Amino acid sequence: MTKNSKLLIKNGHIVDPANNLDMVADILIENSNISQVGNNIKLNNAKIIDATDKIVMPGLVDMHVHLREPGREDKETIASGTEAALKGGVTTVLAMPNTQPAVDCVENLRLLKSIIKETANANVFIVGAITKEREGKEFVDIAKLKKEGIAAISDDGSSVDNDKLMLKALIKAKEYKVLVICHCEDKLLTKNGAVNLGFTSTRLGLRGISNESEYKRVERDILLAERAKARLHIAHVSCRQSVELIAKAKRKGIRVTAETAPQYFSLSEEAVLRYDTNMKVNPPLRSKDDVDAIRQGLKDGVIDVIASDHAPHTKNEKDIEFERAEFGVIGLETELAVSITELVNKGILDWMGLVKKMALNPAKILGIYKPPHQFQDSKGILRNWCGGKGTLSVGSDADIIVVSPNKEWRVEKEGFASKSKNSAFLGRKLVGMVEYTICNGKVAYKL
Amino acid sequence: MREKAKILDKDTLNRTIMRIAHEILEKNKGTKELCLVGIRNRGVYIARRLADCIENIEKERIAVGALDITLYRDDLTLIAAQPLVRKTEIDFDLTDKNIVLVDDVLYTGRTVRAALDALIDLGRPKSIQLAVLIDRGHRELPIRADYVGKNIPTAQNEAIEVRLEEVDGQDEAVIMERD
Amino acid sequence: MAWTKKDLLGLEDLSREEIELILTTAESFKEVSTREIKKVPALRGKTVVNLFYEPSTRTRVSFEVAAKRLSADVINIAASESSVRKGETLIDTGRNIEALKADIIVVRHNASGAAEMLARNVGISVVNAGDGWHEHPTQALLDIFTLKEKLGKIEGLKVTIVGDIAHSRVARSNIWGLTKLGAEVLVCAPKMLIPAAIEQMGACVTHNIDDALRDADAINVLRMQFERDEENAFPKQLGYFKNFGITEERLKKAKKNIIVMHPGPINRGIEISSEVADGLNSVILEQVTNGIAVRMSVLFLVAQGRDTKDATGNSPSL
Repeated sequence: MTKNSKLLIKNGHIVDPANNLDMVADILIENSNISQVGNNIKLNNAKIIDATDKIVMPGLVDMHVHLREPGREDKETIASGTEAALKGGVTTVLAMPNTQPAVDCVENLRLLKSIIKETANANVFIVGAITKEREGKEFVDIAKLKKEGIAAISDDGSSVDNDKLMLKALIKAKEYKVLVICHCEDKLLTKNGAVNLGFTSTRLGLRGISNESEYKRVERDILLAERAKARLHIAHVSCRQSVELIAKAKRKGIRVTAETAPQYFSLSEEAVLRYDTNMKVNPPLRSKDDVDAIRQGLKDGVIDVIASDHAPHTKNEKDIEFERAEFGVIGLETELAVSITELVNKGILDWMGLVKKMALNPAKILGIYKPPHQFQDSKGILRNWCGGKGTLSVGSDADIIVVSPNKEWRVEKEGFASKSKNSAFLGRKLVGMVEYTICNGKVAYKL
Repeated sequence: MREKAKILDKDTLNRTIMRIAHEILEKNKGTKELCLVGIRNRGVYIARRLADCIENIEKERIAVGALDITLYRDDLTLIAAQPLVRKTEIDFDLTDKNIVLVDDVLYTGRTVRAALDALIDLGRPKSIQLAVLIDRGHRELPIRADYVGKNIPTAQNEAIEVRLEEVDGQDEAVIMERD
Repeated sequence: MAWTKKDLLGLEDLSREEIELILTTAESFKEVSTREIKKVPALRGKTVVNLFYEPSTRTRVSFEVAAKRLSADVINIAASESSVRKGETLIDTGRNIEALKADIIVVRHNASGAAEMLARNVGISVVNAGDGWHEHPTQALLDIFTLKEKLGKIEGLKVTIVGDIAHSRVARSNIWGLTKLGAEVLVCAPKMLIPAAIEQMGACVTHNIDDALRDADAINVLRMQFERDEENAFPKQLGYFKNFGITEERLKKAKKNIIVMHPGPINRGIEISSEVADGLNSVILEQVTNGIAVRMSVLFLVAQGRDTKDATGNSPSL
């Protein structure tokens, strides 16, 4: 990267909820920061991107991604996963710790950091485990991990079953100011289930996973967080009762945030009726009523974040008998388009709302967004300052995407940059395509 | 397909059946060991009418069976419309009987070949004869009828339709032509 | 109407007309089994492969007899055999069978959806002989055929199914088939053996066996399996027999001519008493006989379903 390189995005419809900006404007990027936002910026020696009729928004921050490296490089690597992210308009990912080995000690964290440094194509933040090997028995050294550099802790893929242990974890996390992300599932209740409990599990002759197995754990985790006075983030919310519990907790003032994945607001249990393993996810696709509750939860703000829960799996693990297939679908490359198709185009969220869910809120929750503050510049003029990610403010990191909001495309296996092709949206037509992804000031992806 | 010409009207058709009945009795010297087996679908009704005629003449009712040859066809993989398998109903023993197979139209001979295979799987008849209402020529196998109602030479693009009151509401036989 | 499907995977996907076509065709095939020479050349030269991942004698033998009476060649592959034990996937096994130019695979597997997965991945016909808890279409078809034979019709009949409904593919297929043909279905079992939302499949639920028997025209008694663990099995068996077992006493409170069915093999003294199993109301052995006719019908139609795609537009020259 040459010193003082300039990139000018002209005439796009910028959507920046951090600054309440929803208008046509130009953005100038210098080196790796946004240096100007305004109309008719004229510059000679800048590279120009014409964003007429396009939406310009902060690069997406996906706070739930499984990059699989180290351990399962056949499914995905940091390199391929971040490439897939850029294609989907995601400039920052939060990598979950269920790798082999798990991110449960400083050595493993260092290993991961070095791989990221060498090979990542986008920004990667790391989630450490709560317990060793995510077994739910022995704590990791949260202090040491925080020092070495984690953005949150989670045993994702599992929940910590022992109440006492979980409470202790939350207390420690609060002490070291670390966010706890909860995968809420009572495995004693899910018990080898494969699909939503109800008409679907009965028709398909498969064990069912009840709403209860999720919301009972949500209830417990909220209770413990309240007691520990710690921050809590609930991953992949899928059912009505969970949404209601989170809403209740928020009204009480408990510091809980929640996320959902695109499959939970766009697909219901009927999608599994032909034993399509690309519809096998955990938590499972739920009833139409639950889908409605998720959509309403997004609209009301009860659910703060949309994150993909990108879970790559190889053909060998998916193209087998349904009950034996792995849970999970990829999502980095489709989450924006699905959200545009199912939320923006259906009036559930406007563009500002969408950017909040997919960029600003996750950045805030992870602490990588700096709230605006005023300062006096060298000339004594009061200026606003905003920084970090999830925003298009002057001074913030130049992670920006340019999107064609009306372009239609069909989801095909061949089109994926991800190593794995297990998408729940294969064969579907979606609206919204990423034209450019700018990461740290450079054009990292172009359509 | 459109109707080209009428070959048999109601009266002629029934007289022809009556004549065949007489011929059967003549050749078999009476009704001893005699039975009729109609090939589904219309062959069965013709066989029953023949049995009625024979009863009128000899005052004796001979046995009539119905044979479905769908499972014995040699062209199951080639035909467009999937044939409906119907029941074979032959509630008498075929062994040592003189069977007269009855069908409405004799054409390539393949139906009769299938019927012969079916009958032989059902028992060991003493003899098998064939009675048809109309022989339209174009045999593809060495099969001939013992009793023929009418010989009607036809072209390949034509077909013969026999209509019976029991099934079609009226008695007649017509030549159909493909457009 | 004509049969157009290359596979038979379950009754959920069939229309009323399609089910009736199978049953009507089965009537003709029943007659074949009464002849001296129990064979017709309908599937001559075709190869039927029985691919059984779960052990089974009666269903496998039934399919074998049916295929042979249609003059087909039959190959039996059991799960214990080498390639399956070597870890070959179901799809690979299916493709290998297809490469041998077999015509029909009859598959039984312990995973629900296995038959559908196989059918999606091979071009030849697949007949589901039981997949996990999902469906066992030929069993339900022969049950319905037997009912129709005995009672003349299915429309309006009250049929009760008793047993482990939650884990029963026979129950599911029966519920689909019977409701499509207009029967009223009642399922009876202890609470934890009734699956969620079964009412949405069209069946009513009761936990009381006497209520279940009271107005029933027919009862289908499912096999109850208990753990191999000898210690706990016996009291559980006794308990089940006491509360749900079909005995002569219980039948006294039912309709006099109630038809008693069982898919077999029967556990005497657990779900059904010997007296009832061998009694006048029982049609258990007739079910076995009808199973041949129904399976002949299914194999015949499914072989056609594949061929009609290649058909010319001309009428046959016969």
